[in-house]
Amino acid sequence: MGGTQGWGRAHPPRADEPVFSQPWQGRAFALALLSSRVAGQNIDAFRHALERLDRAAYLDDGYYGRWLNGAELQLTESAILAPGAINARARNLSGKDTQEPPVPEPARPDYAPAAPGSLRTVDTTPAFAAGERVRARDISPPGHTRLPGYLRGHTGVVELVQPAAVLPDTNAHFQGENAQYVYSVRFASRELWGAGAESFAVTAELYESYLEKAS
Amino acid sequence: MTTTSGSGGRIPPALRTEALEQLLTERGLIDPAAMNKIITDYETNIGPLNGAKVVAKAWTDPEYRQRLLEDGTAAIKELGFAGRQGEHIVVAENTATTHNVVVCTLCSCYPWPVLGLPPSWYKDPVYRSRMVREPRAVLAEMGLELADDVQITVRDSTSEVRWLVLPERPAGTGHLTEEELVPLVSRDAMVGVAKVAAP
Repeated sequence: MGGTQGWGRAHPPRADEPVFSQPWQGRAFALALLSSRVAGQNIDAFRHALERLDRAAYLDDGYYGRWLNGAELQLTESAILAPGAINARARNLSGKDTQEPPVPEPARPDYAPAAPGSLRTVDTTPAFAAGERVRARDISPPGHTRLPGYLRGHTGVVELVQPAAVLPDTNAHFQGENAQYVYSVRFASRELWGAGAESFAVTAELYESYLEKAS
Repeated sequence: MTTTSGSGGRIPPALRTEALEQLLTERGLIDPAAMNKIITDYETNIGPLNGAKVVAKAWTDPEYRQRLLEDGTAAIKELGFAGRQGEHIVVAENTATTHNVVVCTLCSCYPWPVLGLPPSWYKDPVYRSRMVREPRAVLAEMGLELADDVQITVRDSTSEVRWLVLPERPAGTGHLTEEELVPLVSRDAMVGVAKVAAP
């Protein structure tokens, strides 16, 4: 969403906002955390599931509605649930007599993490050093990526070299971890948004394969 | 794909959540006790009070502050805070002339072990889209007016690295102890959309 327009004014924080404003939100949150494991998937696949929701499924019921719908997508794609199973059960819970689809044969991805979490040790040295100028590649990967659109093709300076981590682009698709260094790269606002922009900087954590040397 | 509507019309998310919980528990795929523990943990134990303890300690213990800025994850773990969404936490210090503010434009990544789950404004498309384009305007709309000479750095959380802002200690609090400082430190200041006010 970075840099997109038309969303309106920002909302001032409320000090008394509850963690879950409605009880179902807490349950959807916990279900989503647990469902990813039941589905034999991972956090990158979960984020990719969220990205593939249609606009209504992403926005209409807010953050936890999105999590519920992402969990449903992961569970149906691993054939833990049949498509439509949740809605059929929900209708039955509301007193309608609805035929529920049969439970499918599970088809979890052929995947196991190399270790818990996302940090990994790699036996290479970082390709870029703090202070070095780098350009975010102008690429549009077909599936999941953590390279924001608004940074593509823009040049910045490496601020920090972060530990190596699993590459979301392949891990989300169960195509390997491809662990690599991550860099906090600092971009000037006018590099991103032109001469009329407010003066500020943006940093983002970019995986090594997202970057190339800039002169 | 459409998940929330269909021939029967839109089904409320509360009902769909209950349906999913039933479908998974009746097959023994999830443990209701584990589910309840997650909810209770994030409602009661894992919240911004954790981060406030980190900040108050950094304000009163210069050696701890140094460790926190050099290796946030380890210094935070000294106080017992670690876990989901806190694998690698980096701390950015705000001063009178530099201001860090944290966002996640891609989803809503947030340092759960120290701040708990994100508040609604952090997850709002308004915040996620505009903070990287016009932060001074967004901060002003949220109630924080920064002087023109303050350098703003927006931290877009695009990997598993998580950012915690160490806010500036307010003037006039030199006589307060670490314990007395804790309640002053707000969640909003640790994300960078507010400053800590003196009591």
